[in-house]
Amino acid sequence: MDIIDRRPNPHGKNTENRRRVLARARDAVQSAVRTAVAQGRIRDSAQGNTVSIPADVLHEPSFHRTFEQGVRQFVLPGNREFIPGDRLRRPPGGAGGQGGGEGDASAEGGGEDSYRFILSRDEFLDLFFDDLELPDLVRREIAVATTTANQRAGLSSEGSPSQVDLGRTMRHSIARRIGLKRPKPERLREIEAEIEELEAKKPLLPEAYERLQLLRDERSALSQRLGRIPWVDPVDLRYRRFTPTPKPTTQAVMFCIMDVSGSMTEKMKELGKQFFLLLHVFLERRYEKLDIVFIRHAETAEEVDEETFFTDPRTGGTVVSTALELMIDIQKARYPVSQWNIYAAQASDGDNIASDTPIVASQMAERILPIIQYFAYIEVAGSGAIIRNDSDLWRCYRGLAETHAQLAIRQVRDRREIFPVFRDLFARREAEQLRGA
Amino acid sequence: MLYTGTDWNFSILRNCFHAIEEIAHNELGLETFPNRIEVITSEQMLDVYTSHGMPISYPHWSAGKRFVGHENSYKRGLMGLAYEVVINSSPCISYLMEENTATMQALVIAHAAFGHNHFFRNNRLFREWTDPTQILNYLEFARSYIAKCEERHGIRAVERILDAAHALQGQGVDRHTGNKRLDLKHESDRARERRAYEDSQYNDLWRTLPDRETDAGDVNSSDTPIGGLPEENILYFLEKNAPRLEPWEREIIRIVRLTAQYFYPQPQVKVMNEGCATWTHNVIMHRLHRKGLIDDAAIMEAIHSTTNVITQRGFDEGGGPGFNPYALGLAMMNDIARMCENPTEEDRAWFPDFAGNGDPLGTLKHAWAEYRDESFIQQFLSPKVIRDLRLFRLTDDAAQPYLLVDAIHNEAGYRDIRRSVAASYDPGSLAEEIEIVGVDLSGDRVLKLEHRTRPGHLLHATDARLTLGHLAELWGYGVALKEIDSQNGKELASYHAA
Repeated sequence: MDIIDRRPNPHGKNTENRRRVLARARDAVQSAVRTAVAQGRIRDSAQGNTVSIPADVLHEPSFHRTFEQGVRQFVLPGNREFIPGDRLRRPPGGAGGQGGGEGDASAEGGGEDSYRFILSRDEFLDLFFDDLELPDLVRREIAVATTTANQRAGLSSEGSPSQVDLGRTMRHSIARRIGLKRPKPERLREIEAEIEELEAKKPLLPEAYERLQLLRDERSALSQRLGRIPWVDPVDLRYRRFTPTPKPTTQAVMFCIMDVSGSMTEKMKELGKQFFLLLHVFLERRYEKLDIVFIRHAETAEEVDEETFFTDPRTGGTVVSTALELMIDIQKARYPVSQWNIYAAQASDGDNIASDTPIVASQMAERILPIIQYFAYIEVAGSGAIIRNDSDLWRCYRGLAETHAQLAIRQVRDRREIFPVFRDLFARREAEQLRGA
Repeated sequence: MLYTGTDWNFSILRNCFHAIEEIAHNELGLETFPNRIEVITSEQMLDVYTSHGMPISYPHWSAGKRFVGHENSYKRGLMGLAYEVVINSSPCISYLMEENTATMQALVIAHAAFGHNHFFRNNRLFREWTDPTQILNYLEFARSYIAKCEERHGIRAVERILDAAHALQGQGVDRHTGNKRLDLKHESDRARERRAYEDSQYNDLWRTLPDRETDAGDVNSSDTPIGGLPEENILYFLEKNAPRLEPWEREIIRIVRLTAQYFYPQPQVKVMNEGCATWTHNVIMHRLHRKGLIDDAAIMEAIHSTTNVITQRGFDEGGGPGFNPYALGLAMMNDIARMCENPTEEDRAWFPDFAGNGDPLGTLKHAWAEYRDESFIQQFLSPKVIRDLRLFRLTDDAAQPYLLVDAIHNEAGYRDIRRSVAASYDPGSLAEEIEIVGVDLSGDRVLKLEHRTRPGHLLHATDARLTLGHLAELWGYGVALKEIDSQNGKELASYHAA
């Protein structure tokens, strides 16, 4: 007989199988992931997630019989009151038991109508972005600003007093005191007490006198030693050390700008939302901290929360420059360029008051594009202008986009186009870079 | 005293094992394969579940599916894990969970390493169908062979064959023609030789020859008839006769077929196997207690946990409509032992062969060795057990709006109930009678299958269509399945797949 402890064996025996089942159900999982993202609020969408997929995707078929008609008999336990001849109402959902008709095979595939996966955040996003083929593309695209930060780097024997590591210092001090046999102050006090006692005795016996001498010698030796071996020595001191290390800025801010003027319909706003969502999830993957600022504008712009941004309807004319102005203000006040990667996505139907367009152009060229990582402009269909390809904003941005790689403009007509457009935006930049290289 | 309290360590485990072995071998006279005890964590237990208790398995997405399923329900608290899993192999491997208390470890050693082990070694079905000394080697071979195929031909290509073969797993056993116990050692050698031969014959020049345009004049030239029809073992038939399969594809089908065959006896003796193991651990734990080797707390815990396992809920108390195999099994084993020693008049009338023979152990061992669930219930289910479990029979006539109670635990009902319970464990009536009946090799090569059944007991249509698709995948040409009324030969349904 052997007893084997298998517990230390390598774990994750089924990781490969789990990967395979995910790969197999990829299409289904992917669409489930997309639904989860589409339903969730932007913030929640990229957390680790449970997705359910229809069970038939992973169904393993086999030949097995089902009972539909005819007669069958089965035996059940736990009779309390029945006698032969009793008639029972048929329980809902078929007959009360599986006694005769069904084989084992049906138990496996039959019951479940959906299958749950708990995906890690990375798996989730991998699947989400999978057919966009983005992750590799854009990793190169997103510029990473670096800052330096002080990081703990062990201990040093010199430093500023405010950084003394008391625990370490005292540990060294104790070790040194023990090692050098520093006398204990209590011992000195004991000796002194005894000396005092002896000195107080008037007729001093010879033995006592000897004893007194001995103690006096010891006292001077001890106090000398005590004086020579300090309680805390400069060699004991330890300071926390910091070294400045370059640190990629792991925070980004994303401005979502949407036109909510009368000409934007709900459907068009929905398209915009889809796009914002994508960009958010995508950036979320890249940055530890991601802030979102929602700016909506009609004639005037205002910063709102997510709820209001997507749900609260507003009407009025359209002055785009107000939104850009607000964005610049917020950026200046809260998101200095040295510490934040700045992204912006704008959704609009392209309408703008004619007189405003030159202002927009100069705002963009002079103040926004120089500081921004990426500015994506999505023009959602609706007006006839898009067909003619000459809405106010489109014309304005088109000129800028030719000279600024970080501005990308696209038109979207339908929900289906959102993903391709998103990919296209990034893919184009890579192509350009290749050409430049 | 072997231990006190709940903690265990490896020396306690060892001592318990020896004390239990002493009782099992010398007092109960059980015959077992050599034992191997392995202690595992709950995560590893989930792995074991995934591979049907086998320690080695080839990678396939269906295993991942089972794993994810188990993992989800375990994590959400819908499912507890077993205290042990035992494998029909020699040495007989018992997996014990690390979370078990000392008493539970003793109990599951008695249950698995001696109860199940004795059953595996002695029951006729296992003796005839399985080769426990070779299964671990064979599984190892299967895994490495499939891994090698994946390397050579790609995961997709292997998965295609495995998916199809898995779908037909239920039709991969020679049920009726009798079975020769598999020589699994020979199996793996065979494949190795074949592969070595292939490699020695390999000449890269052949690859440069242009492909032949037609399949005509293939291995199965059109005038060689395929013999041995009708054939119920579809996987065997495909392995031997499917015209378009590569040798490695045939080998994979063979692996699936032989694995399926290895598992074939298991579900047919579930009640007996669990009954045997539960009865054994129950007896052993009580003897340990009587000998003063375990304390009162331990025997109370053992009784408590046994009681949990053997609870048979009534049909209306949740927990599914079926029988708990532990409950039915133990109830019958206990009852047989009782009848051997203290028979009532009724027992003598029903079981004149052994009632009062004073040899419960011999009677039980005979039953364990020679029966399977269906015949065991038919032979040994006594009126007392029927009364204790308060069994009753329902007749479900789909034409009627109600279910009819037609037998209960009384004099008139015992035999009816016993027959019905036994029938519900009859693999003959549970399995589908599907046979390959013909193929026209000179014509369109469509493979013809028949399912002989009764009206109202047809195949699940969607599944049948999907499975047939898999079959066509392996066969390489069209496949047609007809469902035939076995009484009058009328066609009830038909499916095609190309």
